[in-house]
Amino acid sequence: MDVTLRIRRYNPEQDEKPYWAEYTLHDVEPVERVLDLMHRVKWEIDGTLSFRRSCAHGVCGSDAMRINGVNSLACKSLVKDFVKGESGRIQIEPILGLRVIKDLIVDMEPFMEHYRQVMPYFVNDDPPPEKERLQSQAERERYDEATKCILCAACTTSCPSFWANGTYVGPAAIVQAHRFIFDSRDEAAGERLAILSQGDGVWRCRTVYNCTSACPRDIPVTQLIAEVKGEIGRLSLR
Amino acid sequence: MKTHQYDALIVGAGGAGLMAALYASHEVKTAVISKLYPTRSHTGAAQGGIGAALGNLEEDHWQWHAFDTVKGSDYLADQDAVDVLCQEAIDVVYELEHMGLPFDRTEEGRIAQRRFGGHTNNETGQPVRRACHAADRTGHMILQTLYQQCIKNDVTFFDEFHVVDLIINDGRPAGVVAVELGTGELHIFHAKAMLFATGGWGKVWQITSNAYTLTGDGNAILFRRGVPMEDMEFFQFHPTGIYRLGILITEGVRGEGGVLINSEGERFMERYAPHIKDLASRDVVSRAIYLEIEAGRGINGKSYVHLDLRPETVNHYLAEAGEDRRIDREYIETKLPDILDFCRTYLGVDPVVEPMPVQPTAHYGMGGIPTNEHAEVVLDAEHTVMPGLYAAGECACVSVHGANRLGTNSLVDLVVFGRRGGRALAEYAKGADLIPLPDDPAGQIAAELERIRTANGGSRTADLRHAMQQTMSRHVGVFRTEEGMAQAVEDIRALKERYRTDLHIDDRGQVFNHDMLEAWELGALLDVAEITAVSALARQESRGAHSRDDHQKRDDENWLKHTLAHRAPDGSITLTYKPVVITKYEPKERVY
Repeated sequence: MDVTLRIRRYNPEQDEKPYWAEYTLHDVEPVERVLDLMHRVKWEIDGTLSFRRSCAHGVCGSDAMRINGVNSLACKSLVKDFVKGESGRIQIEPILGLRVIKDLIVDMEPFMEHYRQVMPYFVNDDPPPEKERLQSQAERERYDEATKCILCAACTTSCPSFWANGTYVGPAAIVQAHRFIFDSRDEAAGERLAILSQGDGVWRCRTVYNCTSACPRDIPVTQLIAEVKGEIGRLSLR
Repeated sequence: MKTHQYDALIVGAGGAGLMAALYASHEVKTAVISKLYPTRSHTGAAQGGIGAALGNLEEDHWQWHAFDTVKGSDYLADQDAVDVLCQEAIDVVYELEHMGLPFDRTEEGRIAQRRFGGHTNNETGQPVRRACHAADRTGHMILQTLYQQCIKNDVTFFDEFHVVDLIINDGRPAGVVAVELGTGELHIFHAKAMLFATGGWGKVWQITSNAYTLTGDGNAILFRRGVPMEDMEFFQFHPTGIYRLGILITEGVRGEGGVLINSEGERFMERYAPHIKDLASRDVVSRAIYLEIEAGRGINGKSYVHLDLRPETVNHYLAEAGEDRRIDREYIETKLPDILDFCRTYLGVDPVVEPMPVQPTAHYGMGGIPTNEHAEVVLDAEHTVMPGLYAAGECACVSVHGANRLGTNSLVDLVVFGRRGGRALAEYAKGADLIPLPDDPAGQIAAELERIRTANGGSRTADLRHAMQQTMSRHVGVFRTEEGMAQAVEDIRALKERYRTDLHIDDRGQVFNHDMLEAWELGALLDVAEITAVSALARQESRGAHSRDDHQKRDDENWLKHTLAHRAPDGSITLTYKPVVITKYEPKERVY
């Protein structure tokens, strides 16, 4: 099939402002990844097209983009998801809410800063036992979903609250906090909940569910945010 | 040009780099420099588990793990280093757990373990549950956990800084040169000690489980600066990559009971490895698949076989083996969720109801930068250390994997030798002075990058890379011939010439010029490919992952030795050899 990629381009060394460029590719297979098509453009047509990528199978989190208006990973999006029949178009633009540096590459630092804000690391100052700390299968299961996060930013940059106010920590940071808040071995849940109960924390979530739809790891993000909200509520009611 | 000064540098932020960073940064002023955000590193793609003889589910001993590793290596691993690996594996897995790593749990709440290829109970010869796992994303959990701890400990990172050269002054390492991706600016990192942890080079081949970014950077950089490369002819082809895409399907699938099936519906591994069948080591299984396909028993006549994880199949063979265990859909969904996701996404195949089409995929470099058990880089057969220079993880060769790595041992290698490297690096930096920078320390690499950035010939990076991958896949893959390897050497040399004289790139800019850096990475790949092909051509035996038709047997009399490939001043490659360290396990025939 023929596929035309409509890509939002911007080169800070040349362009006053972003613009749309179109590239038509022939003999495209329906099962090719959108990332494969972007590589064809870069390798065969225009080497200046710039985007991040690494693993190409949805585990490294490098290539979150807005594809036909919806955030996803270019390496987990197949052509057949967007094009039916003999020809079609796919529109690709950078994820929203973060400054565009070049083409699909955005400034990830504000996103990483929010991540670092929520104490995204294990805290337990008791001297560890000689072997492993014990944890039951049920306790381990409690935070399983949150451990799947690959920090691709697809959720946070699909969130209207984040678009409206970049100081909101955003869904990804809350998922990362959830991963430790509900880990039976961790001891800093209270501190994380205190951080997330502040103005730029969980209460900026308006339960729009964009994050859940955007997550390439199928994490029920909105539900996890609700669980953190619930935990804050539960503790403040005490 | 900016110059930074540190006590210690770590190049690369996968498992080995981050583990080293955690240890070094407690002691000395340390910076981690990575061309990717650390969590993008390919450690995160490791799936099935990390091997350690915890014995949580059945009897196990680190000595059994050591023997299995040596046997798996086809007796080319250095046995003193293997002892370190397997003994410290236990302690380091507990350390990861103490850092919060979310391992799956047994009913008693201990770390859960599963079977993996080549890991056995040494008394019965049967598979043993040794691979500690967190679903089928164990590598992801290790990478995330180590990065989290680095944040907790305020480790200094230079993310998206691409290291392109090692600065040597008077034969001693003085620092590295890196391109800041965001600006194109060159930075000098001046330091007392530095550790390379840049990962693998699977992109030398066409079908690979490796990320686009695994281009052998550290190996090429050090080779160009006079460090030899050890045992590069040994590159592992993992038996089960997704057909055509090469995406890894963990050995854990077979550990949970999945079996390989040919077009006749036969579980063919019973013929190749009568004792442990589908859980034989990877070189053995990859060769078996290749032979089945050659014999016309690929599925639908194509170059793949089936990996069957359907509960009815698995339960049939479990019953046949007299085991009580049975699996169902829910079990598979819990234990192997990512595998199901990959197959459903990329193939439209649900492994619970249909078998998966798989073929061998270029996966892991057993060879690399020669190091000793303190992760110090060694330069020759006399184990001469280059003071201040360290390497760990896949880019390094201790050698604990020899001619074939066992599944789960790459993750062990990362954390055990990352930790040792971090300690040694800090210890050295505390007692060392900075080596002064030479005049114009970035002059040579700046000129090379400028050549690439303005290259206007007729050969695009992608075309040269494709040609390299074609010849390496055809001639330096699972099975090799004399003529084929010689052809590959010739082809790679011709491609290197085109790379030097006829390269073309489009992007003339500075900001995120991936076009330029992809071309630079191709230069690294071509160097690594040439070393691999030259080392392979010279080794006249079959051992582990190196299998050739004219010398089909292992030849301990002549070839029980490590290859060292050196770069001669004129750019050509010369080979020397060094003895294998043998302590308790005398080489014998390998039967699975």
